[in-house]
Amino acid sequence: MMKRHTVAVLVNDQPGVLQRVSGLFGRRGFNIESITVGTSEETGLSRMVIVTTGDDKMLEQVTKQLYKLIDVIKVVDLSANPMVGRELALIKVNADPGARPEILGVVETFRAAVVDIGTTSLMVQVVGDTDKIDAMIELMKPYGIRELSRTGVTAMVRGNAR
Amino acid sequence: MVAQHATLRSKEEIMESLRKPEVITGSEILLRSLVLEDVECVFGYPGGAVLYIYDAMHGFSDFQHLLTRHEQGAIHAADGYARASGKVGVCIATSGPGATNLVTGIATAYMDSVPLVVITGNVATTLIGTDAFQEADITGITMPITKHSYLVRKAADLPRIIHEAFHIANTGRKGPVLIDIPKDVSAELALFEPVTEVSIRGYNPTVTPNKLQVDKMLKAITEAERPIVLAGGGVVYSGAHEELFEFIKKSGIPITTTLLGLGAFPSGEELWLGMPGMHGTYTANTSIQEADLLINIGARFDDRVTGKLSGFAPKAKIVHIDIDPAEIGKNVPTDIPIVGDVKSVLQMANKEVKYAEKADAWRAQLAASCKEKPYKYNDSEDELKPQWVIEMLYEETNGEAIVTTDVGQHQMWAAQYYKFNKPRSWVTSGGLGTMGFGFPSAIGAQMANQDRLVISINGDGGMQMCAQELAICAINNIPVKVVIINNQVLGMVRQWQELIYDNRYSHIDLSGSPDFVKLAEAYGVRGFRASNKEDARAVWQEAMNHPGPAVVEFVVRKHENVYPMVTQGSTIDQMLMGDTE
Ligand SMILES: Cc1ncc(C[n+]2csc(CCOP(=O)(O)OP(=O)(O)O)c2C)c(N)n1
Repeated sequence: MMKRHTVAVLVNDQPGVLQRVSGLFGRRGFNIESITVGTSEETGLSRMVIVTTGDDKMLEQVTKQLYKLIDVIKVVDLSANPMVGRELALIKVNADPGARPEILGVVETFRAAVVDIGTTSLMVQVVGDTDKIDAMIELMKPYGIRELSRTGVTAMVRGNAR
Repeated sequence: MVAQHATLRSKEEIMESLRKPEVITGSEILLRSLVLEDVECVFGYPGGAVLYIYDAMHGFSDFQHLLTRHEQGAIHAADGYARASGKVGVCIATSGPGATNLVTGIATAYMDSVPLVVITGNVATTLIGTDAFQEADITGITMPITKHSYLVRKAADLPRIIHEAFHIANTGRKGPVLIDIPKDVSAELALFEPVTEVSIRGYNPTVTPNKLQVDKMLKAITEAERPIVLAGGGVVYSGAHEELFEFIKKSGIPITTTLLGLGAFPSGEELWLGMPGMHGTYTANTSIQEADLLINIGARFDDRVTGKLSGFAPKAKIVHIDIDPAEIGKNVPTDIPIVGDVKSVLQMANKEVKYAEKADAWRAQLAASCKEKPYKYNDSEDELKPQWVIEMLYEETNGEAIVTTDVGQHQMWAAQYYKFNKPRSWVTSGGLGTMGFGFPSAIGAQMANQDRLVISINGDGGMQMCAQELAICAINNIPVKVVIINNQVLGMVRQWQELIYDNRYSHIDLSGSPDFVKLAEAYGVRGFRASNKEDARAVWQEAMNHPGPAVVEFVVRKHENVYPMVTQGSTIDQMLMGDTE
């Protein structure tokens, strides 16, 4: 069954490690929906969070192939547990003064924020899971999106689990 | 027939003098580290980016350096050295074009899990990324075909990196590791202190298997009526041939060995069914399809072995033993996965394995099938047949030679008609199928085995891909016997065009090939030619009696095909048997 999987990969913070990981996905025909990288709780190690779709067999192969990379230290399928997944998007939307109140209404409902105002545009920042960001974008479309930038998902398992 | 070696200092003397900490250049650190890794011979080719390294090698004699005539020759030689010895093969090339010339050889070693340490020079760190003269991002280019790679930033890192590279190359699932050394790093001074330990977080291959899984396999063996073992290169690489022999003797399970597994089990033994797959034996292929238990030991279910995957071993419970967990379940769904080093797994299994009692009828059936359907060809008195040539080579060498091959029909005939009883006596490019591999790999195999006879079997096509290395055989008196099975065409391609493309022979004619005897002589190597049986045997004996390298060309029938053959998309029991039936 095709599912969306969120995988966390703890890697040595070496030059080229992102290329190794992303290259492996491309080469072996695994799809990457989003990939984020940043420092982790330990110096020298980075954490990548990769969102991919496929069946369980594919996920197993992805995991095993990732472990073959010498710089990969740990691979965790976050989506196997209750998880918090967050993404941030900046949306620059057309906003003539007449349209602003309406847009601000949406922003408020989504607990998003206006982070910049131009004479004919607003920049909206929204944080949430992928569905929420998708919904926000849908609602902004009628006003005319000038520019859109999403960070991709970062995630963690809930609770005391590590 | 011993190849010449530079006079080397005694090992203790060398080690003693190398171990003391000292401030030296990156290049000197590299050379010392290689010696400390027990490297005896490296193959290489100089250039701008490795000039400091070659300068340090001037007058250096603690290991031998062979100057090949092409970087491809160097890496295939290092590969042959590794396959024939079990040690790590080492080669050196310069940046840019030198490094990219290694790519085919790196991919060849990667596909067949051969341990190599590949050292490339690069432009100075200050120039990296500027499209400098002879710059190529070789770590980037080779990322998909190396087990791991390093771009060295400081000379001080070299001792650790080199030690790690050898460790990674030759443990777990083996493979090539690349070390890219910028020119300024090879000149930089640093304190050299030998590194003897490795700790690489995240790299801990599972060697010892899970006992519960092994027990499951043992139980399955007692229940099976039609068990079969499929053994591959992993048996050879882990040095587990004796354990495999014991396992087969104790369990009485019939065994088939893949192309890379030839020699892992003695071919003269009764339970051996031959090779499976595209050009495998009738019995090996049909037995896999009939089996109710298939135990894969260190083979990776390559598509040339399985044929159409969905119809492969349809009745069998599958056990898969592999050091690389990613191989298990990759192509064929596995019922009993066993992750571990083949040797450790078999040692554990051998303590308790029982004779597969229910399989008596099956054993008898397969033994009869082997007798009834061996490899066959129609011999001829008018034309020299390639199969006959291989059989003759087998007879004349008592099956004792190390045989390397190139890729094509001759490779399959060598696999079929030369019988192997010892591991590491068969060197061939299986996974990548690299033409040009056969001859240079023999040079490496000979360097690793000074006292054994090494024969390199090539097609007239592939021989022309690395023939320039005849020079280093001549100069260093490396006594490889180079066989060329000359059918005047790209034979394997011709076979496919005949059988699958309806006799539409497109660009396979090798007219214009050199006179191979003269070519050999031009390099200072003895050359021989034969085109009938009598001459063939006489010429071969003469070549064998000649103490140095020799090229022996056998002019054979052009239109000969390799049979049996499983065409792509068929299950392996659907074999074309040719006209011998
Ligand atoms: C580098 C490379 N190029 C192309 C091929 C495709 N190929 C496989 S077998 C073959 C023909 C080989 O002909 P020859 O060397 O004469 O050997 P024969 O099959 O006649 O024994 C070719 C072209 C290959 N395996 N490797």
